[in-house]
Amino acid sequence: MSFPLIEHTCWRCGQSSEQESEAASLFCKFCNSLQRPVVDYFEFFGFDKSLTIDSAELQRRYYLLSRQLHPDRYTRATETERNFSLEATSILNDGYRVLRDPVQRAEYILKESGFDIGEQRSKDVPPELLEEVFDLNVALDVLRSGDAGALTELEASRERFVEMQNEIDADLELKFRQYDAAPEPERHELLTSIRSVLNRRRYIRNLLQEVNKEFATREA
Amino acid sequence: MSTFQIDFSAVAKKRIVGIDLGTTNSLIAFMDLTGPEVIPTPEGSALVPSVVSVADDGNYVVGDKAQQLLIDRPERTVYSVKRLMGRGIEDVRDELRLFPFRVADGSENVIRLELGGKLLTPPEISAQVLKQLKSQAEAYLSEEVSQAVITVPAYFNDAQRQATKDAGRIAGLEVLRLVNEPTAAALAYGLDKRKDGVVAVYDFGGGTFDISILRLKEGIFEVLSTNGDTHLGGDDIDNKLLAIALEDVESEWGEDVSHSGEAVQTLRRTVINAKEKLSFVPSAAIEFSWRGKVYQREIPRELFESLIKDIVERTLLPCRHAMLDAGLKAEQIDEVVLVGGSTRIPLVRQAVEALFKAKPHTELNPDEVVALGAAVQAAILSGDVTDKLLLDVTPLSLGIETMGGVVSKLIHRNSTIPASATEVFTTSVDGQRNVLIHVVQGERELVRDCRSLARFDLKDLQPVPAGMARVEVRFLIDANGILNVSARDMRSGKEQSVEVKPSYGLTDGQVEAMITESFERAEEDFAARQTREAQVEADTMLLALDKAQASDAWHALSDVERGAIGTARTNLLTVYHTGTHLQIREAIEKLDGVSRRLAENMMNTAVRAALKGSIID
Repeated sequence: MSFPLIEHTCWRCGQSSEQESEAASLFCKFCNSLQRPVVDYFEFFGFDKSLTIDSAELQRRYYLLSRQLHPDRYTRATETERNFSLEATSILNDGYRVLRDPVQRAEYILKESGFDIGEQRSKDVPPELLEEVFDLNVALDVLRSGDAGALTELEASRERFVEMQNEIDADLELKFRQYDAAPEPERHELLTSIRSVLNRRRYIRNLLQEVNKEFATREA
Repeated sequence: MSTFQIDFSAVAKKRIVGIDLGTTNSLIAFMDLTGPEVIPTPEGSALVPSVVSVADDGNYVVGDKAQQLLIDRPERTVYSVKRLMGRGIEDVRDELRLFPFRVADGSENVIRLELGGKLLTPPEISAQVLKQLKSQAEAYLSEEVSQAVITVPAYFNDAQRQATKDAGRIAGLEVLRLVNEPTAAALAYGLDKRKDGVVAVYDFGGGTFDISILRLKEGIFEVLSTNGDTHLGGDDIDNKLLAIALEDVESEWGEDVSHSGEAVQTLRRTVINAKEKLSFVPSAAIEFSWRGKVYQREIPRELFESLIKDIVERTLLPCRHAMLDAGLKAEQIDEVVLVGGSTRIPLVRQAVEALFKAKPHTELNPDEVVALGAAVQAAILSGDVTDKLLLDVTPLSLGIETMGGVVSKLIHRNSTIPASATEVFTTSVDGQRNVLIHVVQGERELVRDCRSLARFDLKDLQPVPAGMARVEVRFLIDANGILNVSARDMRSGKEQSVEVKPSYGLTDGQVEAMITESFERAEEDFAARQTREAQVEADTMLLALDKAQASDAWHALSDVERGAIGTARTNLLTVYHTGTHLQIREAIEKLDGVSRRLAENMMNTAVRAALKGSIID
């Protein structure tokens, strides 16, 4: 992907330069002072907008940028640079959190592409899971009413959901690769299907959290 | 121009010190070419007890001297005030039963202690400890110290951090960074030099417990997770022993001494001594004599360990949570570091070793390691150390109150800081002019189970129909772990004003007032010191003059000369007690001027005497 050249003017020395992206201008090439950071995570890290990311490379860039941008490095700089450093490092940290997690990364792209990814969707039970979810809820209720006999059933239920989650993750990985390889016009459709998988995954994750919490309180 | 440059470089080179503001003891350290170093007190000790006493004249006594006053004048002396930082009366009601502090009315949001006729907040008391450390460093380094890194427990919340920063400001220190204590300890150990890996820091101090898990890679100290309890420490162990001793005393003597501050503090001292001994010997005695009666009890280590077992146990749950949050098992942790005086206890060491399945590091003095790490962080900030960088996390999730008192989480715990979140708010009524946002910290789902942090009032909104307003609010936790909030009207693009109402702690205005007060006080102190110095100089001068008046040189002067000296001497004596330091100095100079010939005569006499002496030899 190539960007049209953008003209950037340094806030301190006032000199302008043309560059491929805003992200290329963390520092002014003339006076080396820190510039106002870009807010897009992919641009910030210098990655193409893709659903698959080399995690080792992501970590390498994260450490490198941390060394350059962290507020610890700007204690004695001007107020403007101190503010830019704080701003840039928070984008860096927020972005690292999102990009290193495949699900959050996909949700970020969905949001940036105009999809609604609100949490409320997680409450609707995906129809194909109805039976499983019903059994699970019964087991949970029995357990909470004091019958430890439901534990084995719950454990079996948990295993099935973990398995489902693993399947979904494999499916997602495949879809991510398809998206990255697909030409622009097909991408929207792929994102739509990714969104529905993500909603299913979120639903299962919430279920699992509830079950795990139940197990954790029992152990404690 | 050249003057400007010289001044500029002088400012840039200003030294930054590292301070460990502890529950029991505080330390100050700095870094030079040979590494971090703790600055000793004039008496040669590294530790300054975090004890503050108010003297009869309203001045403060801090440290070792105040420690003694804890027994002699318990009603004017306070210790472990760190436990009260950033807290309200409801938070500490339980422990106040064991601490002899008198809390004044109106302590809901900030605790106010009655101390020697003053009402003091925890930041003001801590500021006295900081001032002591500051002047100790200034005397040692022979330069002004005005910038510092101060350490805080990793599990401190926003209000506790803010209170620590306020204490620094009141003490006249610019707090450039708050660093988490376990992270500072990891820096001090310099484990990054050995190899990359995962380190757990177990920090069990006087009043707080922290666990942090870090990944070390090429000089970057990345905190993966942190957990802890800001109300668990050596104090709690002391209180267990104290409770037993008080009970014994009551049954043996038939007298409850727990209402006498003096008795309790004396007993507390001996209990602490016994506790400290028990780390090295199998049995230690609690010995307490009071008003002619004597109580003595031998505490074998087994009994001690059974007493503190549940306290040690309480530190292990946060450790397990921290490992869970870091996504690591005990086997994946390469090194364990012990910090804080309470880690000298053998039972604590055993528990840590068993949990992490690794022999913990204890090479550095657990009392000093945090201060040393703070000094390293200070050197990172000053630019003297460039190969290390700390990436710390926020210990608690941050959220806002939504419908039905439910918390909507914006920034999750263990997020690397600085971290941010953006939310868009709107209005629910036509023409609504402001929106109130309630921010809380904690892990629970309901607002009432979390800790209220502050209410942010978005003011002076443009009056528009309900739901039409669009205000983008940015919540940013800075590198100190403190929340900053800014807002922007998305329609106009203009910055939106936000009024902050902190739920706990002092407002900015209150801190400003305290700074002003302490500054005035500092001016008074400074003037008193200058006067004293001038008086000392006058003493030297008058003594020399008295001696001279008995010498031949005095008699060699003319009457006029002797008269002038007499007048100048009387003048000096007049201003000695009542004048300012400037007036005293002026009088000294006058006397010096008129007695110059006397001094010369004396000198000549001395030289002659010396010459004579050398000839005789």
